[in-house]
Amino acid sequence: MFALTAIEHRYDAALVLRVDAWTAATGDHWLLSGASGSGKTTLLHILAGLTVPTTGSVSVGGVNLASLSGSALDRWRGRNVGLVPQRLHLVGALDVLGNLALARYLAGLPVDAARARELLDAMGIGEFARRYPRQLSQGQAQRVAIARAVINRPALLLADEPTANLDDGQAEAALDVLRRQAEAAGATLVVASHDARVRAALPAVHALPPRAAVPA
Amino acid sequence: MNLAVLALAYARRRPLSTLLNVLLLAVGIATITLVILVSVELETRMQREAQGIDLVVGAKGSPLQIVLAAIYHADVPPGNIPLAAVLDLRRNPLVKEVIPLAMGDSFRGYRIVGTEPSLLTHYGTKLGAGAVWQAPMEAVLGSEVARVSGLALGGAFAGSHGLAEGGGDHGEAPYRVVGILAATGSVVDRLVLTGIESVWAVHDAHGHGGGGNHDDRDRQDAAQRPAASGAADHAHHGPHEKADPDDAHPEVAEHADREVTLALVKYASPVAAASLPRAINEKTVLQAASPAYESARLFTVFGIGADVVRALALLLVAASTLGLFVALTQALEERRHDLAIMRALGATRARIAGVLLLESLLLTGLALVLGLAAAHVVAANVGHWLPAAASLASGAAHWHREEIWVVALALAAGIIATVLPAWRAYRLDVAATLAEG
Repeated sequence: MFALTAIEHRYDAALVLRVDAWTAATGDHWLLSGASGSGKTTLLHILAGLTVPTTGSVSVGGVNLASLSGSALDRWRGRNVGLVPQRLHLVGALDVLGNLALARYLAGLPVDAARARELLDAMGIGEFARRYPRQLSQGQAQRVAIARAVINRPALLLADEPTANLDDGQAEAALDVLRRQAEAAGATLVVASHDARVRAALPAVHALPPRAAVPA
Repeated sequence: MNLAVLALAYARRRPLSTLLNVLLLAVGIATITLVILVSVELETRMQREAQGIDLVVGAKGSPLQIVLAAIYHADVPPGNIPLAAVLDLRRNPLVKEVIPLAMGDSFRGYRIVGTEPSLLTHYGTKLGAGAVWQAPMEAVLGSEVARVSGLALGGAFAGSHGLAEGGGDHGEAPYRVVGILAATGSVVDRLVLTGIESVWAVHDAHGHGGGGNHDDRDRQDAAQRPAASGAADHAHHGPHEKADPDDAHPEVAEHADREVTLALVKYASPVAAASLPRAINEKTVLQAASPAYESARLFTVFGIGADVVRALALLLVAASTLGLFVALTQALEERRHDLAIMRALGATRARIAGVLLLESLLLTGLALVLGLAAAHVVAANVGHWLPAAASLASGAAHWHREEIWVVALALAAGIIATVLPAWRAYRLDVAATLAEG
């Protein structure tokens, strides 16, 4: 489903990430593991087309991301990638349904309130549809962020440290929701985490070496 | 969901600062619009009243005063002029038409003007009821005079001495209403028109047998002007006396020759403009004044005041633009993460910048609507607070072409305030913003 080849990313001339090769099949669930600062978030952003690697090629769903530029890349991302950032970034001015509607709107898709409600119900947060992000608990907000990531049925679902700040029960539930929603959307799932609890749930692992170990 | 909903959601989140910026901008816009409404209305009004009148003649004195008295009926005339001089003017081949005006009395503050029916023709005024005066003491009321006084055809009234309210009554010489004019929106609405003979008759009557109040005033006048030998003798008219309405009609009966107060002159050919005013000023007892020149001069003086107010209003708009800029810049800082996630959700750079621009234009648009509405409401009701300016209210009912500049100014303010924040939103580093803790 995606293929990374000879990726190197430098920040101010310092090499921060190297991936020689990593390929995933459609529907795969992957754990992207590595210590803090090993470049997990950067790699997720590269997969999402938010960051262009210094060298190397990125192909997602048969599209070479280097061939897309500017607004075309933005539109491709909106239709094909669901991202759950570590710090959720729900839009505070909008309620839960508004946040889901925003994701549809920005991807150029018609707002589908029925699907949004269905999704929230399936994730057990249907009753919070009219709440604003500041009125949600961490676990509830995380589910909303996951719902926002999957509402456009993306081909690639990316989650950055989804279990950070969650207790064991919540962490397990979050992973469960991610896997089930990825399956429901037919999406390839990549979870970036250094959390040992995630390793048990996602057997396929791509491990990044700690940054100090990246040869310059 | 669309950008407008999003912009509104953000505006709702900070209602106080949003309201403050909108109100500040609205006040600036309202002030500018009001200045435009008033000055445009004044200018068109002044031009309309003066239309077709090439020259005004009166007693030697201030040309501006003559124009104000003859055309706008706003100032007292400087004195009287011999009818013979006016008739001479009428025989001048450079002159097409001369309309004499005899003033001196008023009715409830409205001037009684003795003239000829050609005045009605000049103003294009039609009779709403009745007929034009035929005999002395027959009067035709302007529409406003008729409405305010409640007088109908056949009604009788007496003029008061002087052009302002409060003069002694000419109770012995009542006028009879024979006609009422249709409303014109011009100064004629506020005049009582009659034949010149009526004005002479009133003062003849009082001169021969009048009494009471009026005579006392005349004696005072005489004391103030011991050497008064005629209205044309302007040397005896001190500046302070100009305000005395009695100056307007030195006693006609004292002179064998009849007098009038002012005359409106139309040229037979444009050539007259070059020679006639100078000839009148140098060779006759009359003072010529050009309405176009004098009202332009007056408007220049008024224009300075308008410019000052306009500059203050522009300052207000500039301040509110700055306020809007600060608010948007703050909003950008607060919303960097929102904008980053919107980019992650597929929004293009242009769209992100568009959110800020739209938000700014929504606020500006709101301020524009509020400001324009406030200016028109104030202009429409100005008569309640400032009765002297009541006649300006008619300009509030319709839109003036100059207001398009106010719209342009407001939109420019909205765009200028947004340029920098929108550019920074456009350049936002999405990956770094999403990753930062």
